[in-house]
Amino acid sequence: MTENARSNGGPSGHVGIGLFDRATTVVPAQDIRCPLPDPASREISRRQFLHTIGAAGALVALKASGVQRILASEDLDAIAAGTLDIATDHQWVMVFDLRRCDGCRDCIKGCQKEHFLPKEVEWIKVYDLVDAQGLEYSMPVLCMECENAPCVRVCPARATYYQPDGVIVVDQSICIGCRMCMAACPYDVRVFNWDRQPQPPVPPEHRGTRPEFTAPQRKGTVGKCAMCVHRLRLGEFPACVEACTMDAIYVGDLVEDVMSNGKETFMLSQYLRANDAFRYRAELGTAPRVYYVAGHGQDLDF
Amino acid sequence: MVALSDRSGELARAALAPASRSGRLSRAIVAMLGVLVLGGIAAYGYQLVNGLGVTGLNDDVFWGLYEVDIVTLIGFSYGGALVSAILRLTGASWRGPITRIAEATALTTLVVGAVFPIIHLGHPERVWRVATALQINSPITWDMLAIITYLIATVILFGLPVVADMGRLRGEPGLPGWKQRLFARGSFGWVGAEEQQRVLNRSLTALAIVIIPLAVMVHTVLAYAFSLTSRPGWHSTIFGPYFVVAAIYSGVAVVIIVSAAYRRAYHLEHWIPERAVINLGYLMAALGVLYGYLLFTEVTTEGYVGGEASEKLLYALLLDRWSLLFWVFVVGGLVVPLTIIAFKRTRTTTGVTVAACLVAGALLLKRFLMFVPPLTQPLISGDIGAYTPSWVELMVTVAAIAAIPLLLIALFKVIPVLSVTEIEEIAVSRGEAI
Repeated sequence: MTENARSNGGPSGHVGIGLFDRATTVVPAQDIRCPLPDPASREISRRQFLHTIGAAGALVALKASGVQRILASEDLDAIAAGTLDIATDHQWVMVFDLRRCDGCRDCIKGCQKEHFLPKEVEWIKVYDLVDAQGLEYSMPVLCMECENAPCVRVCPARATYYQPDGVIVVDQSICIGCRMCMAACPYDVRVFNWDRQPQPPVPPEHRGTRPEFTAPQRKGTVGKCAMCVHRLRLGEFPACVEACTMDAIYVGDLVEDVMSNGKETFMLSQYLRANDAFRYRAELGTAPRVYYVAGHGQDLDF
Repeated sequence: MVALSDRSGELARAALAPASRSGRLSRAIVAMLGVLVLGGIAAYGYQLVNGLGVTGLNDDVFWGLYEVDIVTLIGFSYGGALVSAILRLTGASWRGPITRIAEATALTTLVVGAVFPIIHLGHPERVWRVATALQINSPITWDMLAIITYLIATVILFGLPVVADMGRLRGEPGLPGWKQRLFARGSFGWVGAEEQQRVLNRSLTALAIVIIPLAVMVHTVLAYAFSLTSRPGWHSTIFGPYFVVAAIYSGVAVVIIVSAAYRRAYHLEHWIPERAVINLGYLMAALGVLYGYLLFTEVTTEGYVGGEASEKLLYALLLDRWSLLFWVFVVGGLVVPLTIIAFKRTRTTTGVTVAACLVAGALLLKRFLMFVPPLTQPLISGDIGAYTPSWVELMVTVAAIAAIPLLLIALFKVIPVLSVTEIEEIAVSRGEAI
């Protein structure tokens, strides 16, 4: 399939739903293989992306008459063809372009600042790895928002669950702190609030225990990345996306088939195909919603 | 007949001996155990106030000594249930003098072990949510359900023969007044009539049949909390049977220790013959061989084609970081105890008891080696994780171990240490004098 899309360059021209303009006009696959960041386009692209996700509600209202189902990232073909019945506004995904990641860890700092986390608590981690050719590269790992999430299945209190937008949240007012989800997660992205170091002060307007955003983190419960849905809802990019000076992190929406890092906006399904995107440890059957574009030929599923 | 009733009187006195005598030594032991238990309760109070941050746990090794305690202590309880149930079903006549001790050991170790799934929580006050959420997909839910069911069955298995004994002993001379009243009430009108005997035997047989698969289930779902994850070292089809065999192996060891202790302390040598202790030793040895086989096949299978993660873990376990503890387990938990039981010269009550102490301790160590080293291996990349239990975890664990003899002592202050009716019944059915 990937082979196919690449050999004929993929479909080109407008997507056809009238919500995208220049930036989401699909260019031939070769041209988007390694797009260069263009700082000047940042504001325009950003507005386009936000406009796009804001308009999705109307689109959903039109399409929602069909089967009620959660959109799955397995359905990239149907997403591209626009033939999928959907019943939700957004289905968030993230895309990491490892060709750009230089392992600076700005994303970690941005995340910690946004969530008032102490320095030891990392909801996004950066691993420095070596590929099969002996070349070093960095790989950020955050919650994969798996569609078949082991953590959700094992929670005895139903404290962690899927939101309709596919994001997995932890309700820290329910979590009993058994850490079974940490055992089940194959990606090691869940952290326990041991509360050994003092947490940074949280301004009163941010305080509160909500499934999507809890500040300060509640002692004795499990915390994790929730793709900054509290920001996405306000039309803002996730903190790590905003903090990344290499523009290596994209947030995308399966419903709208769009992705953006705040500077460039692409058609999600096209970009993933054209760049041979892979999902980490997808062979476990977790159906992760985070995609990686490999840098310089490392194994795709180490 | 005169002889029989004379011996009966002796049997009754022996069964009540722990209840009537308490010397200076036993008071000192109780005081010491009490201090240890109180220390553990205080340490847990400290943990309740300050959170799990007071443990040595961290985001790499998020399960540690408390989970070892859960599996080890509930494992101990299986030995008692098995000795009582299997020996009853197979009609082993030597079971008579040890069934009460076995059932009491099962009960006390289970009561203490069942506290740990709550102790290990970050928010123990929310544990009721497991019942209301009823997330039937979660191994933790299965654990809780299985442990509670098993606890109920163990209480009944322990309690039913006690009813008969209370009826049998309530008129015993020298019984203090409060105990006479308790026995009269607790006997529920037991007079040893044939019909009563029949009902009791049928109930106990049914319970014995039920409790064996129940205990298998408990240890299997305890194993599932580990093996139903994708972690190397945990994700293994052998884990269910591995846990079950480890539980019986260490459980029989604990029954031996408690039997030997009461035999020695209250001069029950006549009633608990050396043969019974040695037979338990044989049972333990057979289970030890089985456990050694499971260990061997696990290491061979993982080591031959386990992949990179398994390879690293096995290397750390067998040859590197954890190798000292691992080989201490192999020698102390398998080789030495099996050797002691293999040779006639060392196969004595003392020898078997020493072997049992080694097995019980080594199996606690083995659980640690099963849970912690796999967590210290990074899932993706990075540094090796570290874990040293904190003083809080150690104090709580020591308190739990001390609580077992303390509860047994308290129990046998009231309940006869020998199952009088069962011993008499076996003797009658074999046409022997007791």
